[in-house]
Amino acid sequence: MHKDDTEYNVKYDREHRELIERYTANERTNHWITAICFVLLALSGLAMFHPAMFWLSALFGGGQWTRILHPFIGVVMFLSFALLALRFWRHNVLDRDDVRWLRQIGDVVNNREDDLPEVGRYNAGQKLLFFVLIVCLLLLLASGIVIWRRYFSGYFPIGVIRFSAVVHAAVAFVLIASIIVHIYAGIWVKGSIGAMVRGTVTLGWARKHHRRWFRSIVRSSPRD
Amino acid sequence: MALQSLDIKRMSATTVQPPVVREPVTGTVAKLIDVSKCIGCKACQTACMEWNDLRDEIGITTGVYDNPRDLSEHSWTVMRFAEYENPNGNLEWLIRKDGCPFNVPRISKKDNRVYKCTLCSDRVAVGQEPACVKTCPTGAIMFGTKEDMKEQAQDRIVDLKERGFEHAGLYDPQGVGGTHVMYVLHHADQPSLYHGLPDNPRISPLVRLWKGVAKPLALAALALTALTGFFHYTRIGPNEVDEVDEQAAEDEAKREREREREHDDA
Repeated sequence: MHKDDTEYNVKYDREHRELIERYTANERTNHWITAICFVLLALSGLAMFHPAMFWLSALFGGGQWTRILHPFIGVVMFLSFALLALRFWRHNVLDRDDVRWLRQIGDVVNNREDDLPEVGRYNAGQKLLFFVLIVCLLLLLASGIVIWRRYFSGYFPIGVIRFSAVVHAAVAFVLIASIIVHIYAGIWVKGSIGAMVRGTVTLGWARKHHRRWFRSIVRSSPRD
Repeated sequence: MALQSLDIKRMSATTVQPPVVREPVTGTVAKLIDVSKCIGCKACQTACMEWNDLRDEIGITTGVYDNPRDLSEHSWTVMRFAEYENPNGNLEWLIRKDGCPFNVPRISKKDNRVYKCTLCSDRVAVGQEPACVKTCPTGAIMFGTKEDMKEQAQDRIVDLKERGFEHAGLYDPQGVGGTHVMYVLHHADQPSLYHGLPDNPRISPLVRLWKGVAKPLALAALALTALTGFFHYTRIGPNEVDEVDEQAAEDEAKREREREREHDDA
């Protein structure tokens, strides 16, 4: 399913500079399906969460359609994310360098990258986000099924339904906050959005932000 | 919206102050059910069916007097009967109307929508009492302002106490801020005798948390997270790759690849 790092196509930008393919077309599609679902879920979820946000329900055809659509989109997001998590799992295992990276988080947010340990395909922040998202998605699925009145709530006692509603709201809060950080990181670290939109990064980007990954890529792909 | 001339008690899906100055002079309305006067005739069930045009499925007898066994989208009033052996060994037949004031709405399996008693709002709006009140032959069900109903209840409670029901009292649980269906009970110290009327109902802390502080706090925290990003960008700025980085990367790539090739040739 996942394309191996060692066999990648050499691509070039308009000035014929070498580019590295960071995400294949399938990975990008998978990511963006998940992302579109997330945006729809966050907007419809907030519409149902707070009266001040209720106007967002107009985007979904009114309050009732918001309620009807939200759980179905949620199932699509879960399945899409599950596939994404399987694709990226092996790149997100935390190691000792990640602990050091996290200790130096002050250097990270102040753009001082020189003293940081060399980063592989993902840095410790990305790895942490990865696992936070996995936990969030599992909890959202479980609690979401319990509060899905139309099909499932009848099977659960009221105490469990109330508990699930609180869990669903709390976990959704963590997820939305995490994704705000994720989106901001993409805006902050220039070149990241291109990696997920076009699939490619420059050699300089790869070396600056993911040096260990950069080396393994160039070593395994002698340019002719 | 001009709401000033309407008697608004509470508005759903809003967090702002609703108009509250126009309190009804005679107070809010409430239903008072004096179970000590009820004879279990079920006239209230019939009146409810007639006025609201309800016809439930004809069920089967299950050996108890409750019929139907539970509220449904087609049954908005159900008499509930409980047998109780008092400490003197005498059997008492304790009757209660509906699930009221708790556990009342029923979701229909047909259309997944909720149906329930409206307190005959169409009748009340034109100055009439609910159908069950109108029909009750013993006057066990009463309807009026909450204050009047409490007064009625007090008279009756004095009566009951004189007749030996020393724990007679009004069921108007304060744990949920009082209810608008109240009962006169002979055993007000044990409401659960009456087919499980909750002894001390209260709003679940989970619901309080979810519907209360969680909402404004969560929204504020999300807005702050986004704002933090904005100020990070304006204070520290983006993390960019410059020409020097690109050149260094190209040089390193060249070195690495040459080394690989030498390694392969060797």
